[in-house]
Amino acid sequence: MSTLLEVDDLRVTFPTRTGRIEAVRGVSFSLGRERLGIVGESGSGKSQTGRAIMGLTPPQAEVTASKLAFDGIDLLAASPRDRRALRGKRIAMILQDPKYSLDPVMSIGRQIVETLRTHEKVGKAEARARALAMLEAVQIRDPARVFDLHPHEVSGGMGQRAMIAMMLIAGPEMMIADEPTSALDVTVQLDVLGILDRLVSERGMGLIFISHDLRLVSSFCDRVIVMYAGKVVEQLKASELGRAQHPYTRGLLNCMPKIGADRHPLPVLDRKPEWAA
Amino acid sequence: MTAALSVDRLEVVFDRFRALKGVSIEVQSGESFGLVGESGSGKSTLLRAIAGLAPAASGSITVNGKKLGTRRDKAFYREVQMVFQDPYGSLHPRQTVDRLLQEPLAIHGFADGEKRIQRALNEVGLGTGFRFRYSHQLSGGQRQRVAIARALILEPSILLLDEPTSALDASVQAEVLNLLEEIRRRRKLTFLMVSHDLAIITHMCERLMVMQNGEAVEHLTAGDLVERRVSKDYTRNLLRASEGFVRTA
Repeated sequence: MSTLLEVDDLRVTFPTRTGRIEAVRGVSFSLGRERLGIVGESGSGKSQTGRAIMGLTPPQAEVTASKLAFDGIDLLAASPRDRRALRGKRIAMILQDPKYSLDPVMSIGRQIVETLRTHEKVGKAEARARALAMLEAVQIRDPARVFDLHPHEVSGGMGQRAMIAMMLIAGPEMMIADEPTSALDVTVQLDVLGILDRLVSERGMGLIFISHDLRLVSSFCDRVIVMYAGKVVEQLKASELGRAQHPYTRGLLNCMPKIGADRHPLPVLDRKPEWAA
Repeated sequence: MTAALSVDRLEVVFDRFRALKGVSIEVQSGESFGLVGESGSGKSTLLRAIAGLAPAASGSITVNGKKLGTRRDKAFYREVQMVFQDPYGSLHPRQTVDRLLQEPLAIHGFADGEKRIQRALNEVGLGTGFRFRYSHQLSGGQRQRVAIARALILEPSILLLDEPTSALDASVQAEVLNLLEEIRRRRKLTFLMVSHDLAIITHMCERLMVMQNGEAVEHLTAGDLVERRVSKDYTRNLLRASEGFVRTA
């Protein structure tokens, strides 16, 4: 398997009034053309890991790593200009809530065309045609109508599909999806995941799927990384989740209510200080 | 057994949009009743209409045998309290926990505030050490505990819970759900709980109603769901969705 992304000892540090806070503390993994899940609670550093790879860490924060390479390109040594060329073209990112991550004053079609024309030299008519084809690929029934709508005129599920279309139009090799379905209804969630799954496998992309929902991630991804307090506590195959070793992973799996499991009270996590050490 | 809460053919209309189209439920005293559905199904609107936060266009709401008018009196709020979804939005950012808890006591003219605040904080597992903190100094789970303490401080008999754990991490969710169950058992409370998560509702409630587009789709017991005895496709879809992603090859 060809390695797309290599991360070794990634650290993200934020300076604050009360001292330096390490949000990510030495995360290492590699990604091929596969689906990798990163799971953890809020504050575990999972989103900051994704943002650091994408180059979207806030300017006051410090990112260090002994290696952070995408397809052989050293991301930390790359100029802002080079990183900008990568972003959107070869690495794409889907954010949690389409209500906040789409431009509210631009029609959906224009936003998709903008992405395409930033990265490729294409004429207006061709760009429009490709955007419409892409909207169709994310199972939007009436692409021509949705093309001219603004984000507030569509539902959350439709907005997230438009977001996926926008991210895929430049044909990226790697996609980072940060809680792509958390803002959606459970029934819509599965549709959106289905679309994402099909497009990722058709195009042979590498996917990093960041989520707090361990069960969802394990049903969607090939491999899962579990993060706690900025560190990777466990790395395992999604199919072997039942055999998780770390008490945190097992606790996370256990504490969710399940239909048919009559457990009162629910088991809760007994957090140990040594997990964060 | 008497109905603690009954709603009869309730309609809620916003401008020309019918958010609730004649919904009826009956919740027995001491029972835990769940409302499930996707966003826009009207489940939160039903809860808000009961609390007096959404206008009822027609139909009636009866609490402990007393029919409610358009205005809620103080006695109503001593019986019925609500816990909201977002613990970050439902607590006043510039009030300490102590001040937040004193507000309902002052409104209702309770004299033994001191004792009640201590008791409420202990009951939700926070302890009095949290009494003089601001909500921004608390985590999401701790805030939701404060919101529960605020609801409990008037000793209501009915709690309306609007997605009380959907903004929380799974591990914190388990803690809050356990707390709610324990309080219900100890105080013999009646719960009306809204969630989009079927697993949470089957865990917490004995009976439930599935809603879609402002209407009741079907009434079920928790046991029906466990044994998949559902008759409507919509409920079946919800059940399937709760099982996670299945790859169709």
